[in-house]
This record gives sequence, C-alpha cells and structure tokens, in this order.
Amino acid sequence: MTQNIISARFGEKNAHTLDGYQKLGGYGTLKKLFGMKPDDVIEEVKRSGLRGRGGAGFPTGMKWSFIPKNTDKPKYLCVNADEGEPGTFKDRLILELDPHAIIEGIIICCYAVGIKTAYIYIRGEYDAPFARLDAAVKEAYKAGLLGKNIHGSGTDVDVVIHRGAGAYICGDETGLIESLEGKKGQPRPKPPFPAVIGVFDCPTVVNNVETISALPWIMSNGGTAYAAIGTEKSKGTMLFSISGMVERPGVYEGAFGVNLWKFIEDSTGGVKDGKKLKAVIPGGSSSAILTADEARNVNLDYESIAATGAMVGSGAIMVFDEDTDMVKALEVVLRFYAHESCGQCPPCREGTYWLYEIVNRILKGKGRPEDIDLMLSICPDMLGRTICVLADSAAIPAASYIKKFRPEFEAYINKGNPPERMLHPGGINLEARAL
Amino acid sequence: MAHVSQTLAKSGKPFAYSPENEQKFKELLPKYPTTRAVILPALWLAQEQDGYLTVEAMEYVAKRLEQPAVAVFAVVEFYTMFKTEPTGKHHIQLCRTLSCWMRGYEDMQKLIERKIGIGPGEKSADGVFSFELVECLGSCGTAPMMRMDNRYWENLTVDKLSRILDACKQGRDPASEDTQ
Repeated sequence: MTQNIISARFGEKNAHTLDGYQKLGGYGTLKKLFGMKPDDVIEEVKRSGLRGRGGAGFPTGMKWSFIPKNTDKPKYLCVNADEGEPGTFKDRLILELDPHAIIEGIIICCYAVGIKTAYIYIRGEYDAPFARLDAAVKEAYKAGLLGKNIHGSGTDVDVVIHRGAGAYICGDETGLIESLEGKKGQPRPKPPFPAVIGVFDCPTVVNNVETISALPWIMSNGGTAYAAIGTEKSKGTMLFSISGMVERPGVYEGAFGVNLWKFIEDSTGGVKDGKKLKAVIPGGSSSAILTADEARNVNLDYESIAATGAMVGSGAIMVFDEDTDMVKALEVVLRFYAHESCGQCPPCREGTYWLYEIVNRILKGKGRPEDIDLMLSICPDMLGRTICVLADSAAIPAASYIKKFRPEFEAYINKGNPPERMLHPGGINLEARAL
Repeated sequence: MAHVSQTLAKSGKPFAYSPENEQKFKELLPKYPTTRAVILPALWLAQEQDGYLTVEAMEYVAKRLEQPAVAVFAVVEFYTMFKTEPTGKHHIQLCRTLSCWMRGYEDMQKLIERKIGIGPGEKSADGVFSFELVECLGSCGTAPMMRMDNRYWENLTVDKLSRILDACKQGRDPASEDTQ
C-alpha cells in the first residue's frame, strides 16, 4: 500500500518555498500546537508510535520524555541530516523538496520538550540540500516562524545549520554531538545518554530528518491516525531508498507490513533488464544480507526483518542481480567501514581493517583455505565490544555474506594462485597477527 | 580513520579573513555557546577563501577562537573534506560505494584515467583537474555519480561524463552537458 505522508509534497512545484508550503497547508499545526500543553504533545507523539528513522528505530516520544523536566541547563535539539549509510538517500529529498516540513517539525519538538535552540547537522557534501534548507530557514525567520515569540505564542526557537566535513561516523548520535562541539567525531560511551548529557553537556534530543518531518502530519491528523497505518509494532510509513540493480531506483514511501519483494517490485519495476534476483539488503550496508528466497518471504516491518537477522535500519534497500559478485560486494562494504572507522576502539579499528585485508586477498586470488573461517572467527569479537556500532556494522554483513554465499568465496580461493604468506605493508606477518 | 596524515609545513603565506568572511565569522560566534564549536564553520570559511587550508590558516582560526592549534589540526586531519593542498580547478569526487559499484563507477574511473591521465589522489599538470575516489555520497538512486564544482553529477554514463570532462578541458561550463 502506498502512503504519502512524508513524500506528500515531493511532486508539488515550489513546495520548498514558504509560500508554496503554506499554500499546501504548511505551518497549519502551529495554532493547535501552541494551544496544547507541552506534555500533551509528547503524549500525542507517543500515541503515534513513531520510531526514529535514522536507523535505530527508537520510539521518538519516549526519547523526548527522557529529557529532564527540571533542569537549569539549556536543552538542545540536534537534527541529524548527516545521511551517510550506504544506500540511504531519502533525507536529501526531504531537505531539497520539503525543507519547511523539517522546520515545522523542529518547532513541534522544541515546544514539546522546552528547547530553544536546534542545530541541523548536515553532511558537508550536500550542497544543493544545504542551499534549499538555508533559504527555508531564512524565510522562516523573516516570517516570524523562527526566532523570538513565534506568532505571539511566547515560544522562542532558533535554528542553526551546521555543516559537517566528510565523516560517516558523525551520523552516530554521539559522534554528531562531538563533531558539533568542534572535535573529531568520535562517539561517546553511553551512559550518560544524550538526553541527560548531550551537546555542550546539556540535555539533548537527537532526531533524524525524516522523523522530524513526520511530526506535522501527526500533529494535524493525530497520533491515533498515524498508529492506524502499518503493523502492531511498526507504525506509520517510512521512506525507502531503493538502489542497485532495479529498473527504477528511487525513494518510495510505504506503510510497514507489506511483503518486502512485492514492495520493491511494485515500486521499481523489479530487477533491471529482466535478470534474476540474487540478494537484497533491506536496511543499509550495515545490515545482514537476505537471499532472494528470504527477500520474497519476509514482510517489510521492524520485527519481521529483525527475525531474519537483518534490519530495517534507515530503509536503504539495495538489490543484487544474478551477475553480482558477492566477494567483490563484500570487499566494497568492508572497505567502506575500514575507511570510516574513527579509530578509538581496537576491535573496530583492527577488525574492520583485517576483514577488509583478508577479503581483498581472497579477491586477488591469494586467499588461503582457512581464510573463510578466519573471517568468521573475527566477526563475533567485533559485536557489542565497542563504543558505537560501526564494528558491528562491518561484522554483521561480513558473516552473513560468507554464510549465505560461501561457495563463491571458496571458488575464489580454489581457483586462485597458490597461497602465499602475505605481508602487511608495514612488514607485520599477517598470519602471526591474525592467530 | 578518515584520511592519511600529512606532514604539516608552513606555506609562508600569511592568512586573514577577507572583509566578507570576517563579517560571516562574527555572525557565527553568537550561534554557539562555546568557541570550540565554531572550529568547523570557521575552517569552512578559511577553505572557501583559499581553496585549501594552510598551516597559517589553521593557526589563524585557532587564535581567533582562543583554541590550542592542535585542536584545529586534529579536526582538519579527521575530516576528509578539509584539504591541506590545493586541488585542481575541477575537483572530482567519484563515489565508489555499493550502489555506485553495482552501476559501474569503475568504468567512470577508467574514463577519467584515460581522458585526463590521472589516477585517484592525483592532480593534472595543467591544474584543471584533481581526482579522488570517495565513499557513499548519498545519491545511490542515481548511481554512478560524482561531486564536482560543489554540486552532484548523477546518472553518469561514459558518454555523459566524457562530455562533462571535455567541457571542463575547453573552459566551458560543464552544466550544459548534464543531460542524458
């Protein structure tokens, strides 16, 4: 079932301007909002069942309710627009096509939680989205929708757009906080959680762009109406970024609970050039991979996908056709995580590096028979042993590609050159290091 | 880690914000409760002014924000978009991650190497191009793609990229070639 909540205005001309947005009913929730008690707004969002769309899927209303009520410190909102999970390109569309929905959502969150300053952390490469967002924020200030005493309500909200500079790890909520404070984006140990000690040591809400954009619809139609869409535990809709070997890649909004492959096929026209389906990544490159059979027999919602060992994540669906080389695919994935590891936790810094090195030598025909099991033995030591989940994000796909497509890895090793002792560029013997 | 550390040496060129950037810098300060938080936006201003960051520019930013120079150096080293050497007039960032790989970024790389004669991490002798392979730019639905001249170039094909590069070589605006 196609549902247009987040993407309702994507096809409308000029919806990115204040005038265009308001003509479509934009900012229409503010009058109702300012008439409500802030706690009732949080209750409404809790009722909607909205979950964070950045990847973790944490209930949004509950996240807000963790912010201490009686504190002398200022509170902050960080809107995470550091979209970087490979396969994800949906926040970019919201930023470019519907930036005022983000601003309206920010006002709703700030009013509910008692926040006066929101930072939008946008990835440095998003030039066009930055320009649209910046123009929208300026328009909103000029129209009195941001700044002091918004529409005579006594509510003050300031929005600052903060540009990242090229680091995937800043999409992690505490990596983002560190980066916003002007440091390297190295995630912080939790607890304390950002709700208690976040940016500038103050209570902080960190929400994804898409999560924030869902708020105006929820405020205007009610949490109950939102919760009526989707399944028991996966409520509402989500933007799915579908890419790879499909006929029409793109961003498609859908309600949870439909068959995964049917949704992909209906949205994109199926596998490109009539090829056979080989595999599907349902939720970004850090998810486990699904075989074609698994993808055809699972529903697209948080619980059903999690039951397969994969995840909905940020809704980044990637489709592999029959010609895809799974060893090379894993090499591309592992190169990404080895490149993006921030380097502070050894299981991640070393684990991502060695997994990449080993798959790389298998690919080059220099793999040894024991390499496959060596990789599988490294993976468990990278799970749940680090400050953030980047190590898990490499180990989970690695183990799943190998387990589900093992013959392809074996073929590389069997037809490859005679195994030889491979030396690390620095001269460290790999065999000695790995064992 | 983000990128390979480079030996930092002074350029011998003093740095100060242009009057326009000075104004922008002053507008940044009240937006943050600490001066340290201004490091990233202040570095962006400096890099936009010169095209890259000299040691003098980094020290200048540190001084203006009353931060130790090492705090600024660490930031510059961590983030891939801060450049400590001049790039070409057209800096190509070709995405090499999963969807771009599936949709043929390697063909685009070969084309760049053949047409311009430079590989990843290199700059053409005439200074017109520099080239790097980067990780996911969040444009997987229009793969393969690249970022150049502060914008995205999407749905690349050998023919389209070839026309874009020709336009750059001939000093024309490549935007007119952004068609299928």
